[in-house]
Amino acid sequence: MKYDVRELPLLSNEEIAQGIFDMRLEYKQTDLPVQCGQFAHVYVPGKSLRRPISVCDASGGVLRLVYQVKGEGTKIMSQMKSGTVDVLVPLGNGFSIEKGKRYCLIGGGIGVPPMLYTAKQCDNPLIITGFRSESLVILQDDLKQAGETLLCTDDGSAGQKGFVTDLLRAHIDEIDEVCACGPTPMLKAVAAVCKELGKPCQISLEERMGCGVGACLVCAVKVRKNGEEIMQHVCKNGPVFNAEEVVF
Amino acid sequence: MADLSVNVAGVQFNNPLIAASGTFGFGREYGEFYPLSTLGGISCKGITLKRRDGNPPPRIAETPSGILNAVGLQNPGVDVFINEDLPWLKQQGTVIIANIAGNTVEEYCEMAEKLSDTDVDMIELNISCPNVKSGGVQFGTSCESVAHITSEVRKHCKKPLVVKLSPNVTDIASIAKSAEAAGADAVSMINTLTGMRIDIHTRRPIIRNNTGGLSGAAVFPVAVRMVWQVANAVKIPIIGMGGISTWEDAVEMLMAGATALQIGTVLFSDPYAPVKINEGLNKFLDENNIKSVTELTGTVVPW
Repeated sequence: MKYDVRELPLLSNEEIAQGIFDMRLEYKQTDLPVQCGQFAHVYVPGKSLRRPISVCDASGGVLRLVYQVKGEGTKIMSQMKSGTVDVLVPLGNGFSIEKGKRYCLIGGGIGVPPMLYTAKQCDNPLIITGFRSESLVILQDDLKQAGETLLCTDDGSAGQKGFVTDLLRAHIDEIDEVCACGPTPMLKAVAAVCKELGKPCQISLEERMGCGVGACLVCAVKVRKNGEEIMQHVCKNGPVFNAEEVVF
Repeated sequence: MADLSVNVAGVQFNNPLIAASGTFGFGREYGEFYPLSTLGGISCKGITLKRRDGNPPPRIAETPSGILNAVGLQNPGVDVFINEDLPWLKQQGTVIIANIAGNTVEEYCEMAEKLSDTDVDMIELNISCPNVKSGGVQFGTSCESVAHITSEVRKHCKKPLVVKLSPNVTDIASIAKSAEAAGADAVSMINTLTGMRIDIHTRRPIIRNNTGGLSGAAVFPVAVRMVWQVANAVKIPIIGMGGISTWEDAVEMLMAGATALQIGTVLFSDPYAPVKINEGLNKFLDENNIKSVTELTGTVVPW
């Protein structure tokens, strides 16, 4: 059996920036190994749907889920303080990381968390993170330990003023491949820069999700395969896709 | 250990729980959680004559105690189902129901004919999908159209034929009677109730299709009422569904008049729901000295 629902002991669940929480769950060596870019589907008591949250880190026996409170479900999650959390993990296909390549990992806003565990799988990655403003900046200390970091904000209140794509262009000659996660307009812009400058690019997508395993077909994404446009699904085929194949 | 097996239109199910169409794909994903023989049957994702890509996303929205969906019948087409999925499904030790949908009566007939020459155990006529532009629910909302499509498909269908009813009608009992008179071997009910959610910040419907089908615990009392009304109107068996989430819900739906049950939306929060519902049903029967689950069907004592 490939999938199982686990009751993982909750270690902590702290607010690390405005409306952003860091949930840490005990994750034993015997639990299924997690690849970078995979996600966890979290059961929220009283809600009909689980909440898909990308894995921020899965090293040292701790599964870390960093999430933003956006609605009722994530609000209930943020109020969990003890006991166990019912999690379906690991799900989906993550980033494919090869030895000998220098990766540029790009995270925008709440798309930053999966880049931490991804950075830990790479040799000396260049990590570019972007946020709207200083109050939303997260994970900088963790990321600094995993690679070379560059920070930007839309309003210049932290790091350089501007977008992740400005930094990507400035450093494009230092890297071989890009992995990105963030809001769709950012992913679209990153994919365009990579295409223009001839760098391979993997992007992690988000869509309103149901079952999380590929049965209900709701989290559709249009991709181009062998010249034909088809619908694939974020939960089963993704969340990570080859940027060139995604039809935005 | 009570007898959980049921018989619907001559097809024997090991237990009354059937995965509801559209929530379970063609079984492969949930087969990674537990053996599919845990279920009495699987009603497969709705199939059409040709491949359909479905609606653009978002296709789902959460609602109080339920969800709205508008997938729009994304599926690889009947031939791919027959050649690539059915042979695998038939090895899983559970009843396989093919759920068919079309744009025209002729398409339904053609699919019924193709599937009649395969190993599927039953055919479920989906005339109640609210999320496609043509076909689907338009066949299921008047007695005349239900009678017409059922009798036409009946001529081409050598398998037991289940007609899946829409709740988006004025009088579901008369619709069920029309299906029965036209040759349906059973009815399954209810499909989703048409609903809508709006994002108040963007003023856009959350679902790209604007409207979607409501399912989950929110619709359960509506489904119980409709199953009860239809049970009082027809002699053919009823496969009851609509928001069943616990074993108590299962007992209630059986008492309302269902012979077998379909479960769907609850799987999204708890993939193991069928295992738990079966355990609970069994315990309830044992504690009440009921030898067979079939003894519960239609035993509500109305005021």
